[in-house]
Amino acid sequence: MARGVARLAPIALAACQPAVLDPQGVVGIAERTILIDSLAIMLAIVVPTICATLGVAWWYRATNPRARHLPDWAYSGQLELIVWAIPVLTIMLLGGVAWVGSHDLDPAKPLATRDKALNVQVVSLDWKWLFIYPDEGVASVNQLVIPVGVPVHFSLTSASVMNAFFIPQLGSMIYTMNGMATQLNLAAGAVGTYRGLSSHYSGDGFSDMHFEVRALPADGFADWIAATRKAGPALNPQSYEALSKPSTAVAPLTYRGVAPDLFTQIVTQVLPPAPGPPSATGADN
Amino acid sequence: MFGKLSWAAVPLDQPIPMIASGLVVFAIVGIFAFVTLKGWLPYLWRDWITSVDHKRIGVMYVLLAMVMLLRGFTDAIMMRSQQALAYKGPGFLPPEHYDQIFSAHGTLMIFFVGMPFVIGLMNLIVPLQLGARDVAFPTLNSASFWLTATGALLVNISLVVGEFARTGWLPYPPLSEITYSPGVGVDYYLWALQIAGVGSLLSGVNLVTTVLKIHAPGMTYMRMPMFCWTTLASNLLIVAAFPILTATLAMLLLDRYLGFHFFTNAAGGNVMMFMNLIWAWGHPEVYILILPAFGVFSEIVSTFSGKPLFGYRSMVLATMAICILAFMVWLHHFFTMGAGADVNAVFGIATMIIAVPTGVKVFNWIFTMYGGQVVFATPMLWSIGFMVTFVIGGMTGVLLAVPPADFVLHNSLFLVAHFHNVIIGGVVFGGFAGYSYWFPKAFGFRLHEGLGKAAFWCWLVGFYLAFMPLYVLGFMGMTRRMQHYDVPAWHPWLLLAAAGAVVILVGVVFQVAQLAVSIRRRAELRDTTGDPWNGRSLEWSTASPPPPFNFGVLPHIEGGDAYWEIKQRACRQATPDDEPAYQDIEMPRNSPTGVICAFFATFAGFALVWHIWWMVAAAALGAFATFVVFAWRDRAEDVIPAAEVARIDRANRSARASA
Amino acid sequence: MSGSVVGNEHLSDHAARDLASKRIIVGYGFWIFLLSDIVMFSAFFAAYAVLAGETAGGPSGHDLFDLTNVAIETVCLLLSSFTCGVASIGSRAHNAAMYYGGMAATFLFGATFLLLEIHEFVGMLEEGAGPTRSAFLSAFFTLVGCHGLHVTLGLLWLLTMMAQVFAKGFRADILRRVLCFSLFWHTLDIIWVALFTVVYLMGAGG
Repeated sequence: MARGVARLAPIALAACQPAVLDPQGVVGIAERTILIDSLAIMLAIVVPTICATLGVAWWYRATNPRARHLPDWAYSGQLELIVWAIPVLTIMLLGGVAWVGSHDLDPAKPLATRDKALNVQVVSLDWKWLFIYPDEGVASVNQLVIPVGVPVHFSLTSASVMNAFFIPQLGSMIYTMNGMATQLNLAAGAVGTYRGLSSHYSGDGFSDMHFEVRALPADGFADWIAATRKAGPALNPQSYEALSKPSTAVAPLTYRGVAPDLFTQIVTQVLPPAPGPPSATGADN
Repeated sequence: MFGKLSWAAVPLDQPIPMIASGLVVFAIVGIFAFVTLKGWLPYLWRDWITSVDHKRIGVMYVLLAMVMLLRGFTDAIMMRSQQALAYKGPGFLPPEHYDQIFSAHGTLMIFFVGMPFVIGLMNLIVPLQLGARDVAFPTLNSASFWLTATGALLVNISLVVGEFARTGWLPYPPLSEITYSPGVGVDYYLWALQIAGVGSLLSGVNLVTTVLKIHAPGMTYMRMPMFCWTTLASNLLIVAAFPILTATLAMLLLDRYLGFHFFTNAAGGNVMMFMNLIWAWGHPEVYILILPAFGVFSEIVSTFSGKPLFGYRSMVLATMAICILAFMVWLHHFFTMGAGADVNAVFGIATMIIAVPTGVKVFNWIFTMYGGQVVFATPMLWSIGFMVTFVIGGMTGVLLAVPPADFVLHNSLFLVAHFHNVIIGGVVFGGFAGYSYWFPKAFGFRLHEGLGKAAFWCWLVGFYLAFMPLYVLGFMGMTRRMQHYDVPAWHPWLLLAAAGAVVILVGVVFQVAQLAVSIRRRAELRDTTGDPWNGRSLEWSTASPPPPFNFGVLPHIEGGDAYWEIKQRACRQATPDDEPAYQDIEMPRNSPTGVICAFFATFAGFALVWHIWWMVAAAALGAFATFVVFAWRDRAEDVIPAAEVARIDRANRSARASA
Repeated sequence: MSGSVVGNEHLSDHAARDLASKRIIVGYGFWIFLLSDIVMFSAFFAAYAVLAGETAGGPSGHDLFDLTNVAIETVCLLLSSFTCGVASIGSRAHNAAMYYGGMAATFLFGATFLLLEIHEFVGMLEEGAGPTRSAFLSAFFTLVGCHGLHVTLGLLWLLTMMAQVFAKGFRADILRRVLCFSLFWHTLDIIWVALFTVVYLMGAGG
């Protein structure tokens, strides 16, 4: 237990900042910029609107003898024009931000760098995460190790129910769904340990479906791969089937080898969807 | 004999649900015993349960909403305390309970608080505002209400017998499929919503027909009060959206009961189709709830500023624009599915466009107050509280409509804060505003102002305390529906949110006290004139509470703000109108059809949940027999003689003249 | 609309106007309900369109559909719409023979349609092509079955309406219900035309 807490400490420290506003990768930084810009554009009319609401209501209170009373004033063409124009103009501006942002930050779009991307295949299971490094031939559960500054291309699927893969400090989340693969591109800009989690509710074990993301320098990453290859079990259809049974709060572990095309077999359902809970709860016997 | 049902279904070993349900059963038995001992049962049966009077049905809808609000709010308190306690620990609710509680909270608040609240207000007020004697189909109206009540009952039965869904308020497959949710929880959810959904749909048909076809002479469309317009828009959305919900839930039911493959992982099912279908209903649903609230605020801001609504035609246009746009934005609920940049951008921008007519409405309310004489009565406080709060909720909503921002905020507590911001700040405040505004019309006496204001301030402060921390937590990367967590930075904010929930609780206590005190002091709070707020629309032209036929003679309308015009005309003439020539009035007879149908629907729903097939068949047969018996009756209407009409209406006229 | 024989002419006029407006309100409301029913069908159509290709290795529409059977079904339903129209004219003319004849013929055509559909379904189930076989077949059975369920309820309603007229005569409120029934029956025809095209013609060709 004490060791568990000690292991979690760096994650906790990293999460002390508002993670989304303290991004550590290009995608997250771009998203924070869009977020703050959009907020600023809207605050420019929201704050005056709130002030006007309170100001007008207070000034025209029935007990204020100084307020000019206009009991029949209910239409003004010019004002109507302004009233429609203000939100239209705001939305045109914001719509531009949304259009450009959606295209620049499309999760499936490769990041604009010269480095070759690292491929990671992600499978959400009940209730843990499996990360397969197809080119390195290793895999890990509930811990993701990536090199700093190198773009990472994630292909994601689910063994059973829907989940969403999310590392708040690195940027975009994306759904994982059985029988299909989604694509996501992220990069870590600084060495550190970040918190990753499922951000789509997936059942009773959902709250423990978080994982540690370690962004290491290039040589550190190479060392980790080398060390991983030397120890632990191998991941093949049999051990995958055992892994895919429901379990909660699984401690991180690694696999020294991975059967080729395991991810493809999961996506194409050659490996069938994982089973649900072993038996029904008390009420449905 | 009893399908899957056995004694094991009653969670005798789990103290929290047993105590809660024990209290509920105790309260129900207590109320029933009290009513029986007082000898009120025949009165309740004759004048309320079998009533087809739109005002009575409206009141019962609002009552249902308020009782369910207490239940849903209890869930909210439990969730807030769980998250406050569950830092590095299990808290007091294990996941299988906690998951049921947030699912039940969402389901109850949307379907059995929001919906009945707005439908109740529409039922109560719209025929009065149109100068009509009742809605288009009064008996159908009664059936709609009782079917909604059936749905609410089924959700609450699940507390005692079996379990509720553990899938969230929208049961996304494949989690909600039989493989991953083998219990009866999802079945309770599905049948409760199917039955209540039929009620909502029929109520929508009824109110659309009423607004479009039943008017006093001279009440043209462009003279209708704003609340009638928003009612029309909201019910058009019900008619167009609820069938999609029915179809979608039917597909999930077929998957679960008969092994179909609409949304399963196996055999070509498609979960993305569920998301598209459910949100094709779900997004219009939020406008079904908020549009009537906009109407309520339009009435109140105009009345308490002593001015006509500013830019009436703009408001009508904005309302109908929202009505249409509501169907074109559903995809923004799953930008993170990976649909591609073009699709996301188009739906993001479409979503933002809805902010335009909404913004127009806010500006027009401000200009309505401009040059007015604003009276800060309780309904007006709720309205101003709404305008400030809703603008913030709208802003965070537009922020979520920017796809790259949604990529980091989706499904987080930021999202939870956003939709509570618009639903509490919009729908709930709107409901309470309408409740305090129209209560004297419905019952003939006002609500206690002091306690009403205290409740308002507690709700307002409590809301900000409870939900602003959730925005912060969203920025911290905390996702929704977590039963426990181990991030120290989240903990203080969750404690603050729990404190906010307690402040809201104080507000709820004030509201209960307000009702109790107002009933006890009803003599001094009596509304003798029928027009306590110096109102502008026709509901204020009749007595409080109105007679069964609403108007002694149907008013002739000559402009917008119909009753204001009538009052101005009377002032100019300086002599009271001559007494009109009263005629016999035919009113629909009360009928137990609705409540009997709902009785059979309750059994059918329960039997379907537990696979008790003989009971399903018996209930279906009973429902059909009820329809045939209803269709066989020879007298649909009772005649109120002209002399009786005259007697009732004269009392109203003299009270008004002396005021 | 007028033509009821009441002594006092003024009263008869007044009554006729009231009845007319009630007839319009009921028809209007029921038509809105039917629109919502069409929306529900469109959701099932959408699901069918999405899942039509998902045969999961099982049979496709091309393998299963027998267009002759479907053509006979279509003719039955179209004829039933005609006879339903006859019944509806008969009811308005207070012509009992025309009304009962039209309704009975409608029932026969409707029941024949239903039997043919059940025959088709049973045949498919015997081939192992039931709704649990694939997502395509789930969507097919749901869409076509939902229409079939509407026809079944329509037949039940039809019999009830015959009994109502038999017991109560051509009373104004009964005539309004006959109007609603005929609207309902014609709507089922419209939905069948869409269903025939989208499911059977396009499915058998592909």
